Amino acid sequence: MENRLIEKLTILADAAKYDVSCSSSGGKRKNENKGLGNAEGMGICHSYTEDGRCVSLLKILLTNHCIFDCAYCVTRRSNDVKRAAFTVQEVVDLTINFYRRNYIEGLFLSSGIFKNADYTMERLVRVAKKLRQEHKFNGYIHLKTIPGASEELIKEAGLYADRLSVNIELPSEMSLQQLAPEKNYKEVLEPMGNIKQQLVQAKEEKKLFKSAPSFAPAGQSTQLIVGASAENDHQILQLSSQLYKDYSLKRVYYSGYVPISSDNRLPIITEPPIIRENRIYQADWLMRFYGFDAKEIVDELHPHLDLDIDPKLGWALRNRHIFPVELNTADYEMILRVPGIGIKSAQKIVSARRFTPLNFEHLRQMGVVLKRAKYFITCQTKSLQRQDFESELIRRKILFGEGSVRSALLKQQLDLFRQVG
Amino acid sequence: MHLYTYDGTFEGLLTVVFEAFERKAWPTAIEQEHVAQPSMFGQTVAVVADEEKANRVWQGLQKKLSVGAQQALYHTYLWGQPQFELIIFDYTKLVFSSKENIEGNYAAPCVLQVQQAAKQVHREKHRMEAFVRFQKTTDGLYFATISPDFNVLPLIVKHFEKRYADQPWAIYDTNRRYGAYYDLNQVSLINLELPPNQKHATLTADAKDQEEDIYQQLWQVYFDNVNIPERKNPKLHLRHVPKRYWKYLSEKQPRQLR
Repeated sequence: MENRLIEKLTILADAAKYDVSCSSSGGKRKNENKGLGNAEGMGICHSYTEDGRCVSLLKILLTNHCIFDCAYCVTRRSNDVKRAAFTVQEVVDLTINFYRRNYIEGLFLSSGIFKNADYTMERLVRVAKKLRQEHKFNGYIHLKTIPGASEELIKEAGLYADRLSVNIELPSEMSLQQLAPEKNYKEVLEPMGNIKQQLVQAKEEKKLFKSAPSFAPAGQSTQLIVGASAENDHQILQLSSQLYKDYSLKRVYYSGYVPISSDNRLPIITEPPIIRENRIYQADWLMRFYGFDAKEIVDELHPHLDLDIDPKLGWALRNRHIFPVELNTADYEMILRVPGIGIKSAQKIVSARRFTPLNFEHLRQMGVVLKRAKYFITCQTKSLQRQDFESELIRRKILFGEGSVRSALLKQQLDLFRQVG
Repeated sequence: MHLYTYDGTFEGLLTVVFEAFERKAWPTAIEQEHVAQPSMFGQTVAVVADEEKANRVWQGLQKKLSVGAQQALYHTYLWGQPQFELIIFDYTKLVFSSKENIEGNYAAPCVLQVQQAAKQVHREKHRMEAFVRFQKTTDGLYFATISPDFNVLPLIVKHFEKRYADQPWAIYDTNRRYGAYYDLNQVSLINLELPPNQKHATLTADAKDQEEDIYQQLWQVYFDNVNIPERKNPKLHLRHVPKRYWKYLSEKQPRQLR
């Protein structure tokens, strides 16, 4: 009995791990019924895997039996792997007992598609319903929405879940047709639009009646696989910027394709594109928190993100005419755009300069990375830089200059690059 | 040269502030009574904690500071690293000597130091909320020990009280030798009789609930299988979970044989 459960957990956690979302923030479920759990506000990472990713939720598939045959997916029908399925009760018990010991913030439940979309979705909803109603569970629940599931089921799912997500998986319709022939964009975007509508509606009702039921209070998210198909960074960022606008998504997650499959529809790669994935996340952050437009980061002429330097530095080097920025007078929005200055330091600068003119020592104390910022700023019209360097030289100085610390991984991949060249 | 000594409580420290202002004699050092060395030069003032004086200082601060800044000041006290008393003193002095609100003046060293101390405390608080691992005992109590870098137990109690409203639990700080116990109604402070050299209290086999081992094992199984070996990144892993926290984490303990 115990061994069977261990085996199921082994198979169904392993199959769920390529879904990168593990967020548990943004819930608004307070523990008001003297039940178990409280999911308001900040998320918590209870552990980190050896690949450095946050473990916040019990992230499992209900089953890895699947009628679909998507090339990039480890659970695809034609793949020869062990199959297993949890019962509803088993998932409930695991969630409750992990939660009580403070291992997790809640449950992220997804599933392979067995029989059909509605049949699968109905079981996911049943787990969430049981947790909420029978166990007074107020922890975080993220349910995957199965493409093609009916509107009623999605609506019910949103009543129990804090977050819903539909994965787009591939950044273009063409790739989806090639690699996931049973899926199409319409079936993915429809539930996404549906959820958005429900979210808006629930918010309106909440304004009128405080007791109106909330719908997925932590919003919806999606995931794109990077590197399994030929789309460039420009296409990917265009798509996510559109998704943020049109479907008001909370997050778009990017999953660097891990070569798990020998399917001949896929490119042959030996390592997941971790650095590219990281640069795309940085670009995503620039769009969501730093006021950048997707077009400023990459465009048709420069469709690829620079792997060596972060996209903010890249933008600054292409737009030298805007710099240097005088930190004692510049707008907050402009200070945010300086390489080496993050949101926290930008806020401190704007706050502190009301009291006294700032100098470079103040900046260093506040946590500004002067090694990068010095090429782009002045303080009381003074500069740390006597000469005006060419963009290319600044790039090299920041990359290879003394004391520059490179991530071990980047160094390794750059070294390889040089050996080849 | 003015050395002030006090009893180590927050109230005592606020009383020091009061006395210093009363005498217009600014401290060059503030130390706890039981560690203070009498000063060879200058004057030593032994301050006795006084609720009324402390309240007057605190109310004065409340008038001039946001709730967030008041919290940051209290967190600096819990931070407790060398010189924290002087940082708090400098901060209060700056508050009382300025007409406008100074909490955004990060160009002043004490304001930046308070902000940074509070940030460290907040991070440790958050880590404890994340890394506490309860073990279930035979009588249904969920028990955990911690030994945080800073004295954050008072700050995490509320979090666990809200979260685990329907289960009795206890968290014990083995460094500072006190704990919090929730009995389904309220939280109270407790002391345990632990042998002095025992750093980390573990439950004996007969005190553990019979299901405890299987859930620890299932958690280890989950932890191992959610990892993607192709993406292994030990540096990043260690940045998130520094080694000194591993002792709490059941997923970091040796694997049980199946």
